[in-house]
Amino acid sequence: MSSALVNVPPRARRGEVIEIKTLISHPMETGYRRNQLGARIPRDIIRLFVCTYNGTEVFRAELHPAIAANPFLVFSTVATESGTIAFQWTGDNGLSATESAAIVVD
Amino acid sequence: MDRETSRRAFLRAAATGLGLGAVITVAPAHATPEAMEDAIRKIVGSSRVSKGRVKLELPPLSENGNTVPLTVSVESPMTPADHVRAIHVFTELNPQPEVVSFRFGPRAGQARVSTRIRLATTQTVTAVGELSDGSFWSASAAVVVTLAACLEDA
Amino acid sequence: MSGHGARLLGASALTLLAWTASAGEIPPAERRSGYDFMSRETRAMQDDDTVNPGMLGVLEGGTLWARKTGTAGRACADCHGDGRASMKGVAARYPAFDAALKRPVNLEQRINLCRTERQQAPALAYESRELLALTAFVARQSRGVPIDVAVDARTKPFIDNGRAAFYPRAQSRSSTMAAPRSTGVRASSTLPAASVTTRTGASGWPATRSPRRIRRAIRSTVSNGRASARSSAGCATAWSGSAPSRTSTARPSSSSSSCF
Repeated sequence: MSSALVNVPPRARRGEVIEIKTLISHPMETGYRRNQLGARIPRDIIRLFVCTYNGTEVFRAELHPAIAANPFLVFSTVATESGTIAFQWTGDNGLSATESAAIVVD
Repeated sequence: MDRETSRRAFLRAAATGLGLGAVITVAPAHATPEAMEDAIRKIVGSSRVSKGRVKLELPPLSENGNTVPLTVSVESPMTPADHVRAIHVFTELNPQPEVVSFRFGPRAGQARVSTRIRLATTQTVTAVGELSDGSFWSASAAVVVTLAACLEDA
Repeated sequence: MSGHGARLLGASALTLLAWTASAGEIPPAERRSGYDFMSRETRAMQDDDTVNPGMLGVLEGGTLWARKTGTAGRACADCHGDGRASMKGVAARYPAFDAALKRPVNLEQRINLCRTERQQAPALAYESRELLALTAFVARQSRGVPIDVAVDARTKPFIDNGRAAFYPRAQSRSSTMAAPRSTGVRASSTLPAASVTTRTGASGWPATRSPRRIRRAIRSTVSNGRASARSSAGCATAWSGSAPSRTSTARPSSSSSSCF
């Protein structure tokens, strides 16, 4: 189970551009490493990160193995209304993790 | 030269029973600048990629190639009529050229993202920005990597 | 003792004499935390709990703390209660002397002793995700607490052994782990001069190293012929024990894994 840390300002003014930070634990196994017997360790990465704001997608990132372990993303969105900002990570081996944060916009 | 001395020392240590377990360093195959060009072509098609508009921030010297902080941004009003659609990041010498693609809309407020990437060796990183008018812009930054990603295997 | 070991010990004694006058130990007031060697970007990563990957380990450790395990079906919390209260200051005292084993144990070993003896659960492998998480969680509770490793008659022999390994020159190369390094290109592959660090807040060499990396760095320093394998065991002990009054930052370092 992946733990995630998200940092969303709890309050914002309408129209303000807010910065969101997300950090999820995941080894992002590249698929290029070899174990001590010389066999390749299979790829196991998070491939997609999607942020939705009250259900509407506002940001997306397509990740490749060159993203460092424990993928870290800082991005922006406009504070349009109060509600829920949700995050979803999907990847190899059926990985699917979600997290969300509430925001009050006045 | 450094590596030769250390290998001899390691073999000597192993022979005298002080071996610490196999440390196999297999250098990964590197992609090439040509592979990066191909990957960029796949994104932009036949369109021209102009230098500018994109700002790519990377440390000139990275302490650890396993986690290199990167910030990329494109100045844009981010209105429905004029905004950044996507920013794509590439490297020329990692095992594969694609690093990440960010997709934006007017709701982004600003086209600016930070993340942490892996660099397998000292090299140049390139970011390509795609605007809503269909134009493509790029910027590059060179990073000296002192501890390459993949110095230690599993 | 093998011929190699005897030669090394002899060399260590001689070099120790030679070095006492010249390099010697850096006075406590002049010692700098590895944090001082960090780049701006790395400091930014370590300073912010919402951005520091090591905090993911702390989060996970908190979850594991409450999870029942082993044939005894016990969680850490069953004996220790809320770790955030009961573990305050604990990590700052490690490595600590274990009377039964008659030698110091580090935090990971203590956790494993609890697992095997109290929880009847198998020991966790070094550098395993679970052990890193539990260690990070416990160590986090010592944030801001001065390092307080006991220096007494029982621990002194181990500290001396580690000190001897840390300071004298290795046989084959004119380098020592303690020799001040420039912050040039090579800086990232060596330990900075006598940087007093905690095990989990081990910052700045390069910066976001986790406990996993400390051991690997010592191991790779040894296997690269820069120090003797025999003396590396004392390194971690001496490292923590050589400056008992230094404040521990106890910030978990990034557990960046997976080389590319």
